[in-house]
Amino acid sequence: MTQHTDITMRPDIRFLLGDEERSLRNIDPQMTVLDYLRLEERKSGTKEGCAEGDCGACTVIIGEPNGDGGMAYRTVNACIQFVPTLDGKQLLTVEHLKSKDGSLHPVQQAMVETHGSQCGFCTPGFVMSLYQLWLDGGEEDRGAINDALAGNLCRCTGYGPIIEAARNAGGVAANDTTEQKRRTDLATRLSDMVKGAGTLAVEHAAGRYYAPRTSDELAALLVAHPHATVLAGGTDVGLWVTKMLKRLDPIIYIGDVSDLKSVSETETAVTIGAGVTYSRAHDALGRVAADVGELIRRIGSRQIRNAGTVGGNIANGSPIGDMPPALIALGAKIVLRMGDVTRDVPLEEFFVSYGKQDRMPGEFVQSVIVPKPASGMTFKAYKISKRFDQDITAVLGAFAIRIADGKVAEFRAAFGGMAGTPMRAKKCEAALIGQDWNEASLSAAQLALASDFAPMTDMRASKEYRMLVAQNLLTKLFIETSAPDIATRLVGKEAAHV
Amino acid sequence: MSDPSANSQAEDLIAPTAGLSGGVRTASKHDSGPKHVAGEAVYIDDIIEPFGTLHLAPGAATIAHGKITKMDLSKVRSAPGVVCVLTADDVPGVNDVSPAHTHDEPVLPDGLVQFYGQPVFCVAAETRAQARAAAKLADIEYEELPAVLSVDEALEKQLFVAPPHVMKQGDAASALAKAKHRRSARMEIGGQDHFYLEGQITFAIPQEDGDVLLHCSTQHPSEVQHNIANVLGRPANAVTVEVRRMGGGFGGKETQASQWAALAAIVAVKTGRPAKFRLDRDDDMIMTGKRHDFIVDYDVGFDDDGRIWGLDIQYAANCGFSADLSAAIADRAMFHTDNAYYLGDVEIRSYRCKTNLVSNTAFRGFGGPQGMVAIERIIDEIAMTVGRDPLDVRIANYYGTDDRNTTPYHMVVEDNVLGDLTDDILNASDYRKRRTEVEAFNAQSPVLKKGLSLTPVKFGISFTTSFLNQAGALIHVYQDGSVHLNHGGTEMGQGLFIKVAQVVAEEFQIDLDQIKITATNTGKVPNTSATAASSGADMNGMAARDAAMTIKNRLITFAAEKYGVAEAAVRFVPGKVIIGDQAELSFADVIKQAYLARVSLSATGYYATPKIHYDRENASGRPFYYFAYGMACSEVLIDTLTGENKVTRVDIIHDVGQSLNPAIDRGQIEGGFIQGMGWLTTEELWWDDRGNLRTHAPSTYKIPACSDRPEDFRMELWSSGRNVEKTIHRSKAVGEPPLMLAISVHRAIADAIASVADHKVIPELNTPATPEAVLYAVADVAKRMMQNVGQSMPAAGE
Repeated sequence: MTQHTDITMRPDIRFLLGDEERSLRNIDPQMTVLDYLRLEERKSGTKEGCAEGDCGACTVIIGEPNGDGGMAYRTVNACIQFVPTLDGKQLLTVEHLKSKDGSLHPVQQAMVETHGSQCGFCTPGFVMSLYQLWLDGGEEDRGAINDALAGNLCRCTGYGPIIEAARNAGGVAANDTTEQKRRTDLATRLSDMVKGAGTLAVEHAAGRYYAPRTSDELAALLVAHPHATVLAGGTDVGLWVTKMLKRLDPIIYIGDVSDLKSVSETETAVTIGAGVTYSRAHDALGRVAADVGELIRRIGSRQIRNAGTVGGNIANGSPIGDMPPALIALGAKIVLRMGDVTRDVPLEEFFVSYGKQDRMPGEFVQSVIVPKPASGMTFKAYKISKRFDQDITAVLGAFAIRIADGKVAEFRAAFGGMAGTPMRAKKCEAALIGQDWNEASLSAAQLALASDFAPMTDMRASKEYRMLVAQNLLTKLFIETSAPDIATRLVGKEAAHV
Repeated sequence: MSDPSANSQAEDLIAPTAGLSGGVRTASKHDSGPKHVAGEAVYIDDIIEPFGTLHLAPGAATIAHGKITKMDLSKVRSAPGVVCVLTADDVPGVNDVSPAHTHDEPVLPDGLVQFYGQPVFCVAAETRAQARAAAKLADIEYEELPAVLSVDEALEKQLFVAPPHVMKQGDAASALAKAKHRRSARMEIGGQDHFYLEGQITFAIPQEDGDVLLHCSTQHPSEVQHNIANVLGRPANAVTVEVRRMGGGFGGKETQASQWAALAAIVAVKTGRPAKFRLDRDDDMIMTGKRHDFIVDYDVGFDDDGRIWGLDIQYAANCGFSADLSAAIADRAMFHTDNAYYLGDVEIRSYRCKTNLVSNTAFRGFGGPQGMVAIERIIDEIAMTVGRDPLDVRIANYYGTDDRNTTPYHMVVEDNVLGDLTDDILNASDYRKRRTEVEAFNAQSPVLKKGLSLTPVKFGISFTTSFLNQAGALIHVYQDGSVHLNHGGTEMGQGLFIKVAQVVAEEFQIDLDQIKITATNTGKVPNTSATAASSGADMNGMAARDAAMTIKNRLITFAAEKYGVAEAAVRFVPGKVIIGDQAELSFADVIKQAYLARVSLSATGYYATPKIHYDRENASGRPFYYFAYGMACSEVLIDTLTGENKVTRVDIIHDVGQSLNPAIDRGQIEGGFIQGMGWLTTEELWWDDRGNLRTHAPSTYKIPACSDRPEDFRMELWSSGRNVEKTIHRSKAVGEPPLMLAISVHRAIADAIASVADHKVIPELNTPATPEAVLYAVADVAKRMMQNVGQSMPAAGE
């Protein structure tokens, strides 16, 4: 078995802060990027609003080689990213936008012109989200702007002037060769910074951090440190540090594991590597079913989806993670690996009970295999939360149904928020399979659902509401599959246009 | 003092002054805009920390009510980096930061815990992380006492933070008895967290003599100064408070800054080191007050037209464990029971309930929204009862101009513009046509239902505590003609600083960029009132204008004398001073000459709002200088299977009088509307049965996000807007009133719910209208409709 002594270790974290190279040694590996900027670099433009990735005041941009000779940029919440995850990347903050002559960047100027700031505290974060839109070529569509800004909260303006600024700011032209060359040069510079320099291993008095580059390295490290905290996007783990004040030792980061970052698609399935972010998985999973794409659109925010991974959302075992119920209804499997041994587990069996998953110490989630619905199968998913965007689900219902000759030939129903784990509603399924698809069988399925689950009351919803709305989601499924002309959606691509 | 309102030079300006850059009526950009977008605007946490700065963290109680029987802080004291640990024993002066001097808000409690999460000790350490980690190490034991967690329980036990209060006009009981129709019901109104993006923060820097300078994120620097002097046992002149800007306030920094400022000040004075207290977001939401939740019970009598003949209404406000500003807030709910309506014979009772929860506080609208959302629900219920369009019932109940014009507190409404404003919003929103369109849509849509509502706002402007209606300013003009402007108002994003600077630019006829806007500082302008009650521009604008006029009048006297012209011949025009036919000088040249001639170029200014008086004991008088008006029409779509809801179109016309700055005013209107919409829809505060707030971060407490802003949002400043009173350039206050335009959203959701039963069953929708609340209301309406159908069906065999 590979021991981690076989891996060439490198102690310094190398990245670009704007155009300036940084090589950090002796830094607490769980220091957040936000604290690093504000306390170490004394750059105070990036703000702390919540320290949990929900307000966006700390939004920064991470740039990295896109593997195609250019650069990939993405917004993230600096408050829940750990400094070592910057290794091999470029960090851009609001301080980097002005020109050398002191003039404002077009997105900054647009914000000033539209009166887009009032108290100004959220503004640097908005400016960074707008800058990302600008880097991506600009955006005028309201829906796309909403999605880009869903992770930035403003309490003063009501968003109108900021939306206008987004529309007015423009963006990089697709044929801007100067910009293309800048990105190519930057990608080369970043690659050269860490090329052949070994695997990042921070061994600080406060804790250790390893960033393996391959699955084999990862497997070896996890065998050596079976109780390590596996870090992917940090959108959950970050809060263990900022809110629960936990010490994590060691941390093994999978975001730099190149062979966990692939998305592959066949005619029958999509396979998502454990290191793939929601943003990167979005298109492929959206092709599995439109409602999977819509669900992903509403998971967290752009910043969260740019960091958080599908694998992480599964591995952390949250009872209210948005993806697992959908994947269970679709019949997804996950591939787990320990050492050199891999095994497949149907996703629904992975969630054993609240807080407990079928993952052994030293084992890691390697990939998720999501089958595409077979011909004739309809997939629908509904997320219910207090706010449409960037909210944690109260109830999520996901259904795969095949109707043949007016009867329910196949039916898989999975729910989130109804039990200690994402779970299938097997009595409900049984009540429908083989029955005519009509109001009588619908009522029977709704009744059966009440014996599938005994939901809890908490700050997101009461147990009574959870049950009532879960039952009503079956009605919605019935209407959408039997009377598709009836408007049933308030948001998303299928929203009623009224 | 000169009388600024008597000056006529710019009194009736309708348009911006030609040739002047940044006078009044121009849409000048927020002075900090370019700094905000570049990350260069300095908030308190961005101030460069001197060497040795300490950081504070609070230690919180884990019960809602009880006695501390043991508090072992030895592990806290010995934790890495800890420099000192404070308990109640370490307060050198008076252990109280209550704003109204009710002596019920300890800096740190002396043995008695009164809400879950109450800070019971405080740690100062070398780093913030060390302080937060150490604060977790306390060993505290309690003897729990029964905790009162609901308003109903407090009412039943007669637990109050302030005495009940009554407001009356006529005889409500007999009017009710005579009324043709009568309806009584209960409405529950939820609270609201401010969710200012910058949390509470104070940075205390020790000075010589044991004095202290506080950089504090507060709307009320003078109160922080006075409270901290008391806490330190020092005179007020030992404490200086400075506020350049806040990252949002919304009322949440009117009184809530003192506790953290006090602790930072104690540490700074005790250790001789700078001390910063920045609350973590979760601590901020758990430990600081919010908008009061209310329970309203009412009994209303009305005729076939829906006209109100009598109203008996009772408010029970959840004040939390201490008085704070609750008495004035509960009063303002009473003052806004009428909103835009003549209520006839009315009795309004108000109870200020004491519970074992965090002490609730000021929040934009200050009780007004709770009063208004109740009466708007009542009006809708009347309309459904008599079968009229709710808008027609609203119009039928509007205040009259010559009669039916006295409020329940016996003030005559002299500036009623409801009729004209309604005509304009009807036209802009196309309400009548859309009402039929909504009905047509609902008839063919079984799952999604539309709702429509048009509601007015009439909001009283002035602090109802009359003595607070005063403000001061300080202006220096330097030898080069540049101006240093200071006043007692604070900038929290609302654009106060730019508006006041525009007033001064207009007065001196100089470009805005010649005026330096400076941080509010108790050492410059003393004894100020909070920047609250929408009064910032009204009062500080007037005070600054007074200061500018004092200097201007000295310049006029000087120039007239020097050049031998009449004073009336000295005129300030853009960038210049024309001295009869003798000279035409730049402003800077006049200043230079005046300096050499030994004319003082510095002046204070002062303003006290005229006309107001109020006899609180008899609940009678004129508490408000004038009223601000607005109207909104909202259309919503609800999902009757899930309760989810969405605002699809909004039309607003709002009366800002003659705007000082139309861009800033528009920002206040749309921002206030969206904030009000959040209060009434997604923003839900949820405590568990131990009194522990579980919605204490943006992950669990949902303010509106970008996509919640309605796709179709139309807003106008009312073109006919004038202020009949001589306010600063005839403008009207705009901070709070627009929040209540969002009541139209709540009423539109109720309208959509009612459509499920063809508007035959009244939906008893509380606030906030979360998906859960809406789904329950839909289910309830459907169930009661079935019961009605059942009752009206002939029994078998009949």
